[in-house]
Amino acid sequence: MKYDMSDYPLKLEGDNVPMVRFQNVTKKYGQLTVLDGLNLDVAEGEMVTIIGPSGSGKTTVLRMLMTLETIDSGVIYVDGEPLTHMEKNGRLVRASAAHLRKIRSKIGMCFQHFNLFPHMTALGNCMEGPIQVLGLSKEKAEKRALELLDMVGMAEKRDQHPSRLSGGQQQRVAIARALAMRPKVMLFDEVTSALDPEVISEVTSVIRSLVDQHNLTMLMVTHQIGFAREISDRICFFFAGQIEEQGAPKILLDSPQNDRTQQFLSAVLDAN
Amino acid sequence: MLDWKLDFTWEILPRLIAAAGNTLVAAGGGYLVAVVLGLVFALAQRTPSRTLTFIVRELVEFVRSTPLLLQIFFIYYVGPQFGLRLSPWAAGLIAIGLHYAAYLSEVYRGGIENVPKGQWEAARAINLSTVQTYRRIIIPQALPPALAGMGNYLVGILKDTPMLSVIGVAELMHTANSIGADNFRYLEPYTIVGLIFLAISLPTAWLIRRFDKALRRKMGLTR
Repeated sequence: MKYDMSDYPLKLEGDNVPMVRFQNVTKKYGQLTVLDGLNLDVAEGEMVTIIGPSGSGKTTVLRMLMTLETIDSGVIYVDGEPLTHMEKNGRLVRASAAHLRKIRSKIGMCFQHFNLFPHMTALGNCMEGPIQVLGLSKEKAEKRALELLDMVGMAEKRDQHPSRLSGGQQQRVAIARALAMRPKVMLFDEVTSALDPEVISEVTSVIRSLVDQHNLTMLMVTHQIGFAREISDRICFFFAGQIEEQGAPKILLDSPQNDRTQQFLSAVLDAN
Repeated sequence: MLDWKLDFTWEILPRLIAAAGNTLVAAGGGYLVAVVLGLVFALAQRTPSRTLTFIVRELVEFVRSTPLLLQIFFIYYVGPQFGLRLSPWAAGLIAIGLHYAAYLSEVYRGGIENVPKGQWEAARAINLSTVQTYRRIIIPQALPPALAGMGNYLVGILKDTPMLSVIGVAELMHTANSIGADNFRYLEPYTIVGLIFLAISLPTAWLIRRFDKALRRKMGLTR
């Protein structure tokens, strides 16, 4: 598909460069348009939560940012630099694998089904990236991994393989594994959806502590409206591949202007 | 009636045991070629290059659809016409290694395809390169489930080594044939060959099962 790349800057410069920018991003699966001209800025240190009905494209937003999905048009910028594209002779062209890998290093992600490496211990999971990718020594990587496992309350289970951990424990290790790469942006993709209700709080409390302690930029997709209200700076309501409404949690959740937002919220709150 | 000659048995036993050593070398060497080449075949079929995938796919299909004996003859007798002049041992190891590489590549492929998609995504999320992802994440998980299949082919390759006798590799079968022909007695050499094969393959199969279990436990794949 042809589109005019001159509309997109080679770099974002100035005072208020967002940590993440989606500029006119479109994603299609065959005939189905999942995201339709998405524009979204996330400031450094901001916690943005994406809610919406299934199929509204909210998970796709995170997956595109993690480069697990390609995009069909538009440009995604991370920390001022294009992620999906790169500069060549003064214009933007599709990013090479090396460029993707370089920019991707600023992003970490946690998944609905944890996706821990089953053949490694909790500690091994958290040391793998730092050793292989960041080139840390075994000692340094272990020290850092232990600090993070301690932070998520999993230091005691460091020598356990994932098969011996509960869902909540696995997700906490997965958060430590992602943080071990020192990302600037963390993505949480329905990280509590696969958990039993009684362990959800172990994971949400870890995420809450991240909001308090770190200057991390975070994007979260969740169905837990209460949790989103509590920790988000902003909530975006997605519908049919577009942001239907967005705003501070209080405003969006308590006095939504849009009919679809109202319908969605009342349906979700009834279900809870 | 059964006419088993004990003194003849003792006389030929040392030669057969020595030949068993050659059988083990042939099976082990051939298997080594197959294990490495099979992985190359499996990975080649996963590269983005469609041409490479197609060529390797067809090669694997071709090898799997033609008899091993033909492949042995072909490499040894037809090879020289293409400037490929090989000793019986070299030709034999290449033929048997190539043959089993084709089968092992399918075992590997199955193992790799069984690794959940989420593992690839997690590897990308911590920014591992493609090579690191295969080496550190995918192959270690693909291997244990593939191990049973790999073990079967190890026993299979052992049982197929007698085919190398047709190009003069002095393994067990070849030696038993020549003992039989020299002495006009086949009962003792063939029986002993059968027993030696049993004595090798039964413990091998047992060891593979042990190894499989130990590996799964070590990797935390079973509770």
